[in-house]
Amino acid sequence: MKHTISVLLQNKPGVLSRVTGLFSGRGFNIESLSVAETLDSSISCLTLVTRGDEAIIEQITKQLHKLIDVIKVTDIGDSEYVEREMVLIRVKAEAQTRAEVLRVIDIFRGKVVDVSPKSYAVEVTGSTSKVQAIIDILKPIGIQEIVRTGTIAMARASKK
Amino acid sequence: MEKINGSQAIIRCLQEEGVKIIFGFPGGAIIDLFDALMDSDITNVLVRHEQGAVHAADGLARVTGEVGVALLTSGPGATNGVTAIATAYCDSIPMVILTGQVPTALIGNDAFQEVDIVGITRPCTKHNYLVKDAKDLVPTLREAFHIARTGRPGPVLVDLPKDVVAKMIDFPEKKPIRMQTYQPNYEPHQGQIEKACKKILKAKNPVLYVGGGVILSNAHEELTELARKLNIPVTMTLMGLGGFPGTDPLSMGMLGMHGSYAANMAVANSDLLIAVGARFDDRVTGRLDAFAPHATIIHIDIDPTSISKNVKVDIPIVADCKQALSAMNTWFNTSSDFNREQVSASHEPWRATIDDWAKKHPMTYIDEGEIIKPQFVIQKLDELTHGDAIITTEVGQNQMWAAQFYKFNKPRQWATSGGLGTMGYGLPAAIGAKMAFPDKTVVDVAGDGSIQMNIQELATAKQYNCPVKVVILNNNYLGMVRQWQELFYNKRYAGTVMEVTPDFVMLAQAYGAVGLRATKTSEVEDVLKEALATDNTVIMDFVIAREECVFPMVPAGKATTEMLLV
Repeated sequence: MKHTISVLLQNKPGVLSRVTGLFSGRGFNIESLSVAETLDSSISCLTLVTRGDEAIIEQITKQLHKLIDVIKVTDIGDSEYVEREMVLIRVKAEAQTRAEVLRVIDIFRGKVVDVSPKSYAVEVTGSTSKVQAIIDILKPIGIQEIVRTGTIAMARASKK
Repeated sequence: MEKINGSQAIIRCLQEEGVKIIFGFPGGAIIDLFDALMDSDITNVLVRHEQGAVHAADGLARVTGEVGVALLTSGPGATNGVTAIATAYCDSIPMVILTGQVPTALIGNDAFQEVDIVGITRPCTKHNYLVKDAKDLVPTLREAFHIARTGRPGPVLVDLPKDVVAKMIDFPEKKPIRMQTYQPNYEPHQGQIEKACKKILKAKNPVLYVGGGVILSNAHEELTELARKLNIPVTMTLMGLGGFPGTDPLSMGMLGMHGSYAANMAVANSDLLIAVGARFDDRVTGRLDAFAPHATIIHIDIDPTSISKNVKVDIPIVADCKQALSAMNTWFNTSSDFNREQVSASHEPWRATIDDWAKKHPMTYIDEGEIIKPQFVIQKLDELTHGDAIITTEVGQNQMWAAQFYKFNKPRQWATSGGLGTMGYGLPAAIGAKMAFPDKTVVDVAGDGSIQMNIQELATAKQYNCPVKVVILNNNYLGMVRQWQELFYNKRYAGTVMEVTPDFVMLAQAYGAVGLRATKTSEVEDVLKEALATDNTVIMDFVIAREECVFPMVPAGKATTEMLLV
């Protein structure tokens, strides 16, 4: 099962390698990883997507928590949450496909962020599946380059 | 505040923490610290190899319960310590390792004797630091000791660049340490304690399975009280030996791969397994699905990651073993549901079954007359030291025979590399133990293979007048691997024959120690007696039955009931 785990950690040198070292050393897998400062610049927020059965996820969260520099570990999937990922795609756009590419971008509410005579660079934000969907659609037209961020996620606020 | 230099501040921190002895080996990047050490009352033990320094500090930590401290230089000094740091990490031993580092301006430049020791030791320390600013020195040192000795203990490494320890700083006042991100939980959840106690009252065939956590948290008295109060048989892991008196009728000895028949049968047939400070290691459980298949499992451990890691636990109690056992004792003492006589009596049939197993297959060996049996040597050692010596071991057959045949009645008289299985551990660890307790008899039980891994520390023992005794069970083989080859690899002794072995008697003499040898069973007692009566470091070379195996043995990956017996 896919799990999105949010980790608050001390913003200090070497902390990220403690996290990644834990995953590689114990054979846990990381599908994506994204990390940046929080409002408090001494604390970073790391969002990682991993896979495993219940026992593995339990070990992952406990092991993360055991790291001295880790402040808080939340398995976001335990509650309602929103997740986003961003992709930059450079797609071939020559005379016969330029209009088609623009239509696709429009459907996915993407933005063209760079234009050249033979290509567009497109920015799309959404869930992992939405990002994957536009990649699949644009692939036959000709993707030249692609850069994806890892997933970031946030639990939904209580409705009460 | 007075100004002192960083090195002096570090030494003052060590004094604050109660450090009396440290083990080290100098080098360019750490000269300042050795220099400052010279003006202090801390004994600085110069070892002959950095691995020896860290093992010696580890040995001291295991027998005293204090934090062991080692001081190494940068680069190869630090990397030589890594095996010993990993050894301490696997067995949760509180240690602080201080390493020199090249000046901050050179870090990352591939400077002479530069290595990223913080990166290298990240997976084998509880935590580690590189101190880049002199004002962080003292707080970091204090935090390092705090982390090393609290929660599930472990080694903490502090890397000290040469320019940082040379700077003048103010020595800040000591304040209680509070870390936002590190607050181990010591107190048991009362609801879980009650749930566990009620379950224990319902059990017909309970077993206490006790690990190193009981030693680390000094919980042996609470454990002994609980076991005797409820008449529950006890088995110990390799790390747990001494956590419960080995000569007590409730003791079944060690369990697992080379555990007793009775202990493994008892666990396999138990309906309730109470795991205390143990971690369900593969050497204990054998094939996981056949481990305690009928038992409800209660698990007390201070480290949440140990719980349900290998075996699904029914009643987890995340707490200090001492506090949790004490809470259980209190519950039984005050509960109206508990009738001591009745519960004790109800466990009698179970104990009788276990006694039958123990009688059917006791821990034993076949007497071969004048051919020395290693088990006999350990039995004699136990007898002549009244079970009261501090025993350290190397790793392999020697370690298992020591574990099986020495009866440990007290905690902290046993230091062995359990988790990592580090050959070369025993001699330096014995030196560390002897430095801590000069009046105690300290014996390293070794094989002819593993003793050679840190034999150079004989010089350290001599230099510091540290008369440790070394029992070499000499079979001219790397015996444990040879045993596996005999049993599972068609007797193909690949790489296990020690075709050249030094003359250990002459070797001892070369170091200024005493060397003794026994080649016949009838000589064993005299050699041991003479060694124990000699006020010098002694090597005893026992030429043993060459192809003796350690039994019982559970082949790797088999159920613990599938034991190969004598």
